[in-house]
Amino acid sequence: MDNIIEMQAITKRFGPVIANREVNFSLRQGEVHALLGENGAGKTTLMRILYGLYHPDEGMIFVRQQAVRIHSPKDAIALGIGMVTQHFALVPTLSVAENVVLGFTGSFRLRYAEIEEQVAAAALRFGIDIDPSAIVGNLSVGQRQRVEILKALYRNAKVLILDEPTAVLTPQEVDALFETLRRLQKEGLSVVFITHKLDEVMAITDRVTVLRDGQVIETVETAHTSPSALARMMVGRETFGVSRRSSMEAGAPALQMVGLHALDDQNMPALKNINLTVRHGEILGIAGVGGNGQRELAETLSGVRPPTAGRILVGEHDVTGGSPADFTAAGVGRIPSDRHKGVVGELSVAENLTLERLMEFTKGMTLDRAAMLAYAEDLIAQFQIKARPTDPIRTLSGGNMQKVLLARVLARNPKVVIAPQPTRGLDIGATDYVREQLLAQRKRGAGVLLISEDLDEILALSDRIAVIYEGEIVGLLPAQEATAEQLGLMMAGAVKEEVNDV
Amino acid sequence: MDFIVSLSAATLRVATSILLAAIGETYTERAGVLNLGIEGTMFFGAFVGFYVADISGSLWSGLLAAIISGILAGLLMALFSVSFGVNQHVSGLGLTLLLSGLSLYAFRLRYGGLATPPSIEPFPQLRPFGDLPILGPLSEQYLLTYLTFLVIVPLAWWILYYTDFGLKLRAVGENPEAVDAAGVNVYAIRYAALAIGGGLMAAGGAFLSLAQLGAFTHGIVSGRGWVAIALVIFGNWDPFKVTLGSLIFGGTFALQLRLQAMGLQLPIPYETFLALPYLVTILALVLAGRNASYPAALLKPYRRE
Ligand SMILES: Nc1ncnc2c1ncn2[C@@H]1O[C@H](COP(=O)(O)OP(=O)(O)O)[C@@H](O)[C@H]1O
Ligand SMILES: [Mg+2]
Repeated sequence: MDNIIEMQAITKRFGPVIANREVNFSLRQGEVHALLGENGAGKTTLMRILYGLYHPDEGMIFVRQQAVRIHSPKDAIALGIGMVTQHFALVPTLSVAENVVLGFTGSFRLRYAEIEEQVAAAALRFGIDIDPSAIVGNLSVGQRQRVEILKALYRNAKVLILDEPTAVLTPQEVDALFETLRRLQKEGLSVVFITHKLDEVMAITDRVTVLRDGQVIETVETAHTSPSALARMMVGRETFGVSRRSSMEAGAPALQMVGLHALDDQNMPALKNINLTVRHGEILGIAGVGGNGQRELAETLSGVRPPTAGRILVGEHDVTGGSPADFTAAGVGRIPSDRHKGVVGELSVAENLTLERLMEFTKGMTLDRAAMLAYAEDLIAQFQIKARPTDPIRTLSGGNMQKVLLARVLARNPKVVIAPQPTRGLDIGATDYVREQLLAQRKRGAGVLLISEDLDEILALSDRIAVIYEGEIVGLLPAQEATAEQLGLMMAGAVKEEVNDV
Repeated sequence: MDFIVSLSAATLRVATSILLAAIGETYTERAGVLNLGIEGTMFFGAFVGFYVADISGSLWSGLLAAIISGILAGLLMALFSVSFGVNQHVSGLGLTLLLSGLSLYAFRLRYGGLATPPSIEPFPQLRPFGDLPILGPLSEQYLLTYLTFLVIVPLAWWILYYTDFGLKLRAVGENPEAVDAAGVNVYAIRYAALAIGGGLMAAGGAFLSLAQLGAFTHGIVSGRGWVAIALVIFGNWDPFKVTLGSLIFGGTFALQLRLQAMGLQLPIPYETFLALPYLVTILALVLAGRNASYPAALLKPYRRE
């Protein structure tokens, strides 16, 4: 089989970081080739080089055995390469058709009827179900992805790069995507499929190239490998994953939401009549596709966003309408979902750790620096943070920053832990660490509300699982009875049940 | 009745220069660049237009020179805000300071010694409907006013919404990453938008010196550029709604001139009338601004890495 793409000894540096180190990568005509690796392994960088968004410091690229220089996406498109970036490159205010033809209209004057016709014809030809006149901003994530794929194919792409295409999809949408890819593959399309999910590699790809720390570990035929072998190559160790090992007797209610309603930033209803109870010693998982009210729920439950109706009880204590300080005092600890917003980058680790309880470190009018440092040393040891108390926190890696946030919240032994997307963007090691900490909180008797878009995480940790869809809880079931398929259907809004758990 | 007709005619005249500048600003902001150089570019255009018309004796040469100088000013703005990625507030205000200073300096050099302010014979007004009632006096306008309302505005609308260039321009102002990934040069589009915008802003300034006044004075622009920016927001970045805004401003301005001219004996100072159009603009902005949908990439320099 011929290689349609060959990248040889590609090196790319960002300042001191070497994102790609002498990477060799080849793509055969008509194959689906996985680029597998943890976050930060250099997958996106390598493909952005191929698409002309970055320029390599060293190395050569061959397309159909011809040495090429790809200066910009324009060159890549001319060579028949298309890329669907991780954060979609679409203009939300424009229609599907406008997005598809952008920069590829062929005439100065736009005739909308003709354009929409052409886009509809292309969609039909490639078997992509989409309405050309819809405004992209109104589409679901899955639909937007289809627009992106159509956009690439409309530009006559023979090589399609997909950067973590399933990260934002429901299981059903993933199935649909795979079906589309298989069909396009039969028609001769070659696909680079970036992911860090092993089951997807096994399901859809012909070959796998594993990257770790910017280097290629190995390229193997998918049929001749196994998930555990791939995991070993990816992380350099045998197994990974932390999960709830025993079931525990759940205790008294730790946190209750009674008929809770709230609005989003646009004053549209974001939470609709939520009735849920988190008990002491349990992890209640909230599953759902991003943007269905998760952020508003976490904010409402920590006093940042006032509910428009309903009540919030922490133990026996009614905290409805309270400030974040009231929630903290009542025993609620929230792990901020955006790490960079949760810390003050210029301040030191010790200052960040003590920020919310400076009163306890005040002598007279001044801060007791020595006590702050001692306290920070303690937490750094206890939470295995790789940093010194005096380091500015912005110099820490994502995983260590998350440990600081965990330490800050958990050191207070909160009765309720709100954990929205606690492992988003972390690598496997740091993810395991965070999950272990959540399980430790459960064991200690705290009630943990885990809000996550990662279904595997929800299934691995939760005692009970609730599904949120368009601001409503559409299902609640014990983790033992839950399957990915069933949750997926609920997450997609296909199945709804009345939930009243108070 | 006569009062209303003459007020309407004056409204169109007053609105012209602001509308030209506001349409220019619409192009740049739609492409994601707030050009605060607008005030300076208008002033520069007013000066260059006057100067070239004065020495060459041709009003049209003056206008052309003004437009070219505006395009150059727009390209300078592009160099800083697009290529170098300098904060748009800083580069825009810098441009206004630079061009205002430059114009005043050159004006002093050339006309500094004169006892009476220099003047030229301005553009004549047309009157296509002759002595017809209402239509006659209403149609008594400068050719530039006709061009602005009947050509520049509809053309801007057509370009923005019905051409390939307009699609790219709007897309660049919303999500430059998408435009880049689609194989279109983001910088080229922003340069083009700033060049067009600068040309129109300078034309707006030249209208003041070559048509409305036939002279150049220090206060010739007096904040019209800032008003134009407000009108763009008021008009939600749509050429026709921006036109509506310019008519509201022009109307209040013309009204206040007439109120002053009436010499009414009022207990308030006449400066209060001067402030009226600006107050109305602020009010309109407050009312409309809440629903403004800013181009999402406004103020953000585009960088790939
Ligand atoms: N634009 C950039 N500037 C600086 N560093 C970058 C940039 N893009 C990526 N990196 C760094 O390069 C490394 C590889 O990143 P990336 O290719 O995004 O990894 P992956 O896609 O495998 O998660 C990381 O350490 C990342 O921080
Ligand atoms: Mg990536």
